[in-house]
Parts: sequence; structure tokens; C-alpha cells
Amino acid sequence: MAGGIAGGGTGSRITPVHVGEFQEEGGFVLTSVDSIINWARKNSIWPLPLGLSCCAIEFMATAASRFDMARFGAEVARFSPRQADLMLVAGTLTYKMGEACRRLYDQMAEPRWVIAMGACAASGGMFRSYPVMQGIDHIVPVDFYIPGCPPRPEMVINALIQLQGKIEKESPVRQILRRPAPVAAAGAGAGAE
Amino acid sequence: MTETTTPVAVRRLLDAFPGEGKAAEFRGQWRVDLPRERVLDALRLLRDDPDLAFDFLNDVTCTDHPDEEPRFRVVWTLTSLSRGDRIRLAARCPEEDPVVPSAVPLWAGANWLEREAYDMFGVRFAGHPDLRRILMPGDFPSFPLRKEFPMEGERSDREWARWVIERARRPEEAAGPASAPAPAPGERAP
Repeated sequence: MAGGIAGGGTGSRITPVHVGEFQEEGGFVLTSVDSIINWARKNSIWPLPLGLSCCAIEFMATAASRFDMARFGAEVARFSPRQADLMLVAGTLTYKMGEACRRLYDQMAEPRWVIAMGACAASGGMFRSYPVMQGIDHIVPVDFYIPGCPPRPEMVINALIQLQGKIEKESPVRQILRRPAPVAAAGAGAGAE
Repeated sequence: MTETTTPVAVRRLLDAFPGEGKAAEFRGQWRVDLPRERVLDALRLLRDDPDLAFDFLNDVTCTDHPDEEPRFRVVWTLTSLSRGDRIRLAARCPEEDPVVPSAVPLWAGANWLEREAYDMFGVRFAGHPDLRRILMPGDFPSFPLRKEFPMEGERSDREWARWVIERARRPEEAAGPASAPAPAPGERAP
């Protein structure tokens, strides 16, 4: 589609700039790597729905046609952590389930984000009792907290839009360059260069 | 309680275990208290007698009475699906020796019910094939529905978080102890 890339990254430091014109197969766009990566990331946030109680029902409403998370590129709920970008913890997290929650988070590839949906995921909610974790931020880092019991789908979409804004401000190139070099396995590849 | 209104099942139980049973009525619901040694025989009688035919085990649960002796009361709720009748059977057991017979030989469905009662109250069921915790994690140290257990639990969130992250890293060790402590030699039903 001609000119499809223009308009990404409204909040980024360097906005994409059109140079020339898209032809049938040719044409080009000048932009920064950060902008183009962030643009791709923020418009394809695939959620891993960790539906633990009634909030999961509200998440289903968010994903269904009336509220339609597909408008933000986030309709592809993935039930494998390897394919997901966003862990959406929707509901009451017990300590026993916390183990699974943490393991799923550990299995997600970077970049990864977490939204705590509803009062229970954010703070334990009304359950100040022996099996319930008082907020998932005790075991995983949380990007956005959504209050409500359960929250309206609009609030989930609002969190999603805010998450898009946060992704826009990230610097993926710098993060990649700062990443420590992988440690070679002992004996493998030694002296290859 | 007048003898004329006592249901047949209650009378049969009291006759079968003379001097040992105690019947109680509350709003038309009947409960029979028996010594724990008699419970399995009583359950079998209620299930197999064609006139009684209590063929469905609704629930096995427990109540905690810390000020009474013996402390725990285990309750079996039965329904006769053919007659539409219900009855409750109860047996006490002390805190030092919280053991009652398992109903798994009579109803396979008692398996998870008894595991839950064990998990929440620490009452053990002699003869149960696999008495493990069912709701709480395998290495949980307490019995949360006992009256002295604090509502908000005994561990802080920081301790729990450490526990969760540790187990998430090493799933093979997460299962916890495979089974409840083995019952004493004489405890297991033949």
C-alpha cells in the first residue's frame, strides 16, 4: 500500500519523513530506526491474557467486536508466552498461581510489558486473605495498573493506548547496543576467529 | 424430638449402634453423631440397605471447635437420589490424633473431598489412597481453616514473593512433599 509507513511515532524525537514518492515497487521513506521499530511494536502488541477471574470476562468484551482491541493491533491473544508482548493479568492472583504467572513472564521474549487489570491484580482487591497475593507487582514489574472491579473495557483500551505512548518513547537501538555480548559456551567457538 | 417423627434412617442407625449414636434435628434436617470407629459401617449401612439407599455422597467436610474436646467434627452429607432424602453423619476426633476413616472405598468421589478437608483442617483420613493437599501448595505449613489461623496468613508478602520466584525458577522441585505424613501402622484401614 502506498505511503503506509507515514505518520508513525507522533511522540518520538524524530518523526518519519517522506522523501520522494511511493511508486509501484520503488520509493522510500526516511526515518530513524527507533521510530520504525517503535511504530511496529506499538501497533502489534500481542497480549497474553492471564484470565484469573471475572476481569477475564471483561477482557473478552474488550477483545470482541463492540470495543474491538483490533483497532489498536492488539487483538491477537496468544496463549504461548513466547509469542506474546504484553502479559495482561486479569483477575485475582493467588500465591500458588503466582508461580505460574512468574514463570510465564520469565518465558516471554523481550520487549515485554505487563498490565495489572482490576483491583485484585493491582493490590489484592478485597481479598486480604491467606491465599491471595496483594498485587502482582510483588513478583513481576508492572507497566500499568487499571483500577476497577472489574474495569470497563474502555479502561483497558485506555491502558493500551497509554502503553503505546510508553513504547513510543523507548529507545530500542540504544537498548540493543547496551546489551552485554552473549557469553560463548565453554569450548565452543574458541579461537574460531 | 419425638419418636414418631424420627426418620427411618435415623432410627435404623441408632438401632444398629445401640448406645453409641446420638441424633439431633434442626429444622427438619437430621444429624447422627457416632464414634469415629463406627462411621465406615454406618456409611455402608446407609448406602447398601435397599430401604435407605443413600447412594450419593454430597460432601465430606469438617468443623473446628477449639473450646471443645474432641476438637474436630467431620461431617458426611448423604442424599438418596431415589427417595429424595438427606442425612448427615458426624464423628469427632481430637487434635492430638486427628484421624477418621476414609470413605473412598465406598465412594470414589470422596477422594478430593477428603483431600480438601485434610488441606484446610489437618484431619487425616485413614485408608485414603493419596492424601495430599489439594488447594494450598504442597509445602504449606499450616491448616488455614483452623480457628487459630490468622485471616491474612502467616507469611509476609515479601516472603511469599521470594517463595514464588524460587519455585518459578525450579519447577521440578515445586511439587512439594509427595504425600502427607504416613499414617501410624494401626491407622490404615484393612
